[in-house]
Amino acid sequence: MQLVRLIVIAVVLIVMCVIASRAKLVPGRAQSIVEMLIEFVHGTIIQNTLGIREGRRFAPFLITLFFLILAMNLAGVVPGMNLAGTSVIGFPLLLALWTFVTYVVAGIKKHGLGGYLKHETMPPGVPKPIYILLIPIEFLQVILIRWASLTIRLLANMVAGHIMLVVFIGLTQGLLLSGTWLIVASPFAGALAIGIYGFEIFVAALQAFIFTMLAAVYIQMASSDEH
Amino acid sequence: MLNAEAEVPGYKLLLPETSEIIWTLIFVVIFAVVFMKFVLPRLTAVLDERSEKIEGGLKKAEEVQQQADDLKATQEQELAAARQEAAGIREKARQDGARIVEEAKARAEAESDRVLASGRQQLSAERQTASTQLHSEVGSLASDLASKIVGESLTDDERSRRVIDRFLDDLESSQSATR
Repeated sequence: MQLVRLIVIAVVLIVMCVIASRAKLVPGRAQSIVEMLIEFVHGTIIQNTLGIREGRRFAPFLITLFFLILAMNLAGVVPGMNLAGTSVIGFPLLLALWTFVTYVVAGIKKHGLGGYLKHETMPPGVPKPIYILLIPIEFLQVILIRWASLTIRLLANMVAGHIMLVVFIGLTQGLLLSGTWLIVASPFAGALAIGIYGFEIFVAALQAFIFTMLAAVYIQMASSDEH
Repeated sequence: MLNAEAEVPGYKLLLPETSEIIWTLIFVVIFAVVFMKFVLPRLTAVLDERSEKIEGGLKKAEEVQQQADDLKATQEQELAAARQEAAGIREKARQDGARIVEEAKARAEAESDRVLASGRQQLSAERQTASTQLHSEVGSLASDLASKIVGESLTDDERSRRVIDRFLDDLESSQSATR
């Protein structure tokens, strides 16, 4: 597990450092792709949620988050590794906690400790008695549910993807080597495995996007003026 | 990978081991530091520089366009002025020409008048001399005629004298008439 992560990190960092150190005004292909990803995170995630001014402050964090998760997720579909760095809980958990700390710090910086808690747990325009119910829920949400859901969403997706791949590839192999008439069914299982493989690539990108998007939204909620 | 499970209970999936946390932390920190301190500033610098360049280029293009427009406007103005000037000059030339023709005509008329007048004067002078000459000749002619008439019909004295008188009278009157 740690070996996979080490390889992913080493490869990604070396590639990115090479691209970055060779970065030119007129980009080559590799640089274009990386820039496209950065622009994607910038345009789609950051500017849509945080806006340009706030976004500038959190852009490094969010882009790093996106690249890290994307790389780790994609490790799950790289032949030879086939294990997403995010499919063991340590990684998603740590990233989620990092996000948690980031948005809490952003909120406290903006509103002060008490102000931040009030801002997050007491949305305006709600009848007074509801607060009895609302405050604990919101508090729990801020303090636990947000980062926990981030963790579990990413982890479960990656684990499920991994299990599906294992199941279908294993099924194909089992059918193929069964030695009975079941061999006939093995191409279908194989096709499904390949389909799932493609799907996993999509999920890897999608989960990276969702995680980053939610992180941006949480930061926005913490540092916004109104709900 | 299938054989790796030695009856691990499911909830373990959600409970990280200490080593796992430590390694992950190390990886994340390494990645984050390198990414945030080196890769991203570099790339964003390039991106910013590019957008700046593009903006600068656009601005410059605009400026150049503006300059070209200005140049064109002044050129057109100058052209219009030149055209106007040319038209003025042409107009003036036409007027001058007309004036010159007029003058020449007047001069020619005067000249012709003068010539005519001098001709007429000369003519009258010549006529004068001719008439004086004639006067002197008329006497001899008349005496010739008279001698002829006398010689031919001397018998009729009365008549010949009348003829000579009348002749002379006629001569006189015709001379005064032509004068």
